[in-house]
Amino acid sequence: MAASLGRLYGNRLLKLKPSSIPKQICLYSTAQPWTKGRKAMLTSLGVLTGGAGVLLYALENSVKAGDLELHPPKYPWDVTSGLFSTFDHASVRRGYEVYKNVCAACHSLQFVAYRELVGQTHTEEEAKAEAEEAMIEDGPDAEGKYFKRPGKLSDYIPKPYPNEEAARAANNGAYPPDLTYITMARHGGQDYIFSILTGYCDAPAGVTVQEGQHYNPYFPGGAIGMAQALYNEIIEYSDGTPATQSQLAKDVTNFLHWTGNPDHDTRMLYLLKSMIIMSVLVGWSFYWKRFKWSNLKTRKIFFKPPPPPPKV
Amino acid sequence: MKKNFKIINNFLINLPTPSNISYWWNFGSILGVCLLIQLISGIFLSMHYTPSINNAFYSLIHITRDVNFGWMTRVIHANGASMFFFFMFIHTGRGIYYGSFLKKKVWISGTLIMLTLMATAFLGYVLPWGQMSFWGATVITNLLSAIPYLGNTLVSWIWGGFSVENPTLNRFFSFHFILPFILCLMIMFHLIFLHEKGSSNPLGLKNKIDKISFHPYFTIKDLYGFMLVFIMFLFINFKTPFLLNDPENFTPANPMVTPPHIQPEWYFLFAYAILRSIPNKLGGVLALFMSIIIILTLPFTMNLKFKSSSMYLVKKILFLIFCSTFMLLTWIGAKPVEPPFILIGQILTVIYFSYFLVNPFLYKITK
Repeated sequence: MAASLGRLYGNRLLKLKPSSIPKQICLYSTAQPWTKGRKAMLTSLGVLTGGAGVLLYALENSVKAGDLELHPPKYPWDVTSGLFSTFDHASVRRGYEVYKNVCAACHSLQFVAYRELVGQTHTEEEAKAEAEEAMIEDGPDAEGKYFKRPGKLSDYIPKPYPNEEAARAANNGAYPPDLTYITMARHGGQDYIFSILTGYCDAPAGVTVQEGQHYNPYFPGGAIGMAQALYNEIIEYSDGTPATQSQLAKDVTNFLHWTGNPDHDTRMLYLLKSMIIMSVLVGWSFYWKRFKWSNLKTRKIFFKPPPPPPKV
Repeated sequence: MKKNFKIINNFLINLPTPSNISYWWNFGSILGVCLLIQLISGIFLSMHYTPSINNAFYSLIHITRDVNFGWMTRVIHANGASMFFFFMFIHTGRGIYYGSFLKKKVWISGTLIMLTLMATAFLGYVLPWGQMSFWGATVITNLLSAIPYLGNTLVSWIWGGFSVENPTLNRFFSFHFILPFILCLMIMFHLIFLHEKGSSNPLGLKNKIDKISFHPYFTIKDLYGFMLVFIMFLFINFKTPFLLNDPENFTPANPMVTPPHIQPEWYFLFAYAILRSIPNKLGGVLALFMSIIIILTLPFTMNLKFKSSSMYLVKKILFLIFCSTFMLLTWIGAKPVEPPFILIGQILTVIYFSYFLVNPFLYKITK
């Protein structure tokens, strides 16, 4: 594009057309009366500033690459692809299936209640059925005893372990973190979660991983307590989508981003509304300002010399 | 009653205002709007927030997930603080560039407002009780231990215990609630002092020459400024509400796990970079406070024929270098303490402070 533009217009761009307008524009240049020294000083200042900028950019990137862990690449997520994009709710629903069948064995989702699924991933009846599958501890009853009952919509998704110690004891000392805000609580967000889930590989030569740990280049330090959890066809999706590893990882990442941002789609609605309203208001206030100021901006100021002193 | 109307009239309607003040003079009123946004959103948040170390983090999650428009109130309050600082830095920069600091009472009250705002923002950042809240509070309160003899006692006194604990969170909440009202009072004084002689102007001329009434000219011009600010603010709040938030703060505070990189919010990074550039604890703390306090020297050291820097090429260049240094320090503050960032930070710290030392001597050069 640039090359063909150069071929077509190169000569014309370089030559100044002999019209009066460019000459007039030249006269407006503030650099004309500058001395050679001043021009040289400002030029060198500009070059130095540019050089410093390039150096900063280089430093910023080279040092980032110097860390020990692999940084996840950027993936095109539904919620970040466009200005007003919302969640792919079918994917979020599949992600819930992945969480329920795979992740829930070790990871809690303590801030998500079954009622939040209604209208987002499930119908009310489906969400109720999901809740009823779980046995929730309640009480104390009239005799002061705690008891288990089927879940209700107002219940939160139960934790796999009663406390952190139990979780650590069952997982070789590692604590599986709560996943509600996991995409928000990690640098790299969704990209990081997706990369962790799909990034397991054999440790490179020279790197030993202790027993009970696994090698994942995206995890800081490389040795992660969690074994690879997602494999092709590890579960069967209810909507028939082929459950490849990357599909499973994408869906569960989408779901976990939704659990951290249940208000996301509402936000997008408000974004659209507020941008429309505010654009009108900005335009209106700009016009009003120009309109009210027009008399001031177009006024003429005269210098009226004082009358000469009377001759004596 | 009549008197009250007279005050409003003198402040907002008939106030004589220089006709030539540019859009750089809009930021004062914008800061007023920022304060209002913070006060209103803050009061609504306080109705649902629980200042206890066992509940603070969870009460915030309750606000964002269960309270009507809680998610919106929370992001408005969090991003509103950033907006407040962004515009305050511009407002202060405007004052430095155009010589507004020559109105000494206005400048001193303004500096005090800035310090109070910084204190308020710091206290507020501790309240969500996430990892960065806790560790930020630990690092910053520990700075006071650098004070000889009294340091450690003072730090324990502020904590109300032997570490950042429940009493600390409780009192930080109390002070975070009360300081904005003190801020309002200080802002009133800032305005009263300003209106003694009226605003300065970009040309730095004697300001009696050409004045126009505040209404309708500046009420409408300010309104236009508000609209531009609102559209940007709403865009950030709805599109990328957690752009400026540290991911660490989505994890509840844990005194047993230190985050790998502890850093404050972006608006404190320049001062944080200055603090880390001095290889001595007390020296670093002094430099940190001096980075703000030093602007108080301006009215006493700058005495030029023309108030505005726009009249002097060298001053313009120096001011641009100063602004770039400020931004670069902000960048350095977010970097780990390792080469080459340590050296760059130290060089930038020297450049930052030398602006205030070199500028007074310019009088002789530019005479």
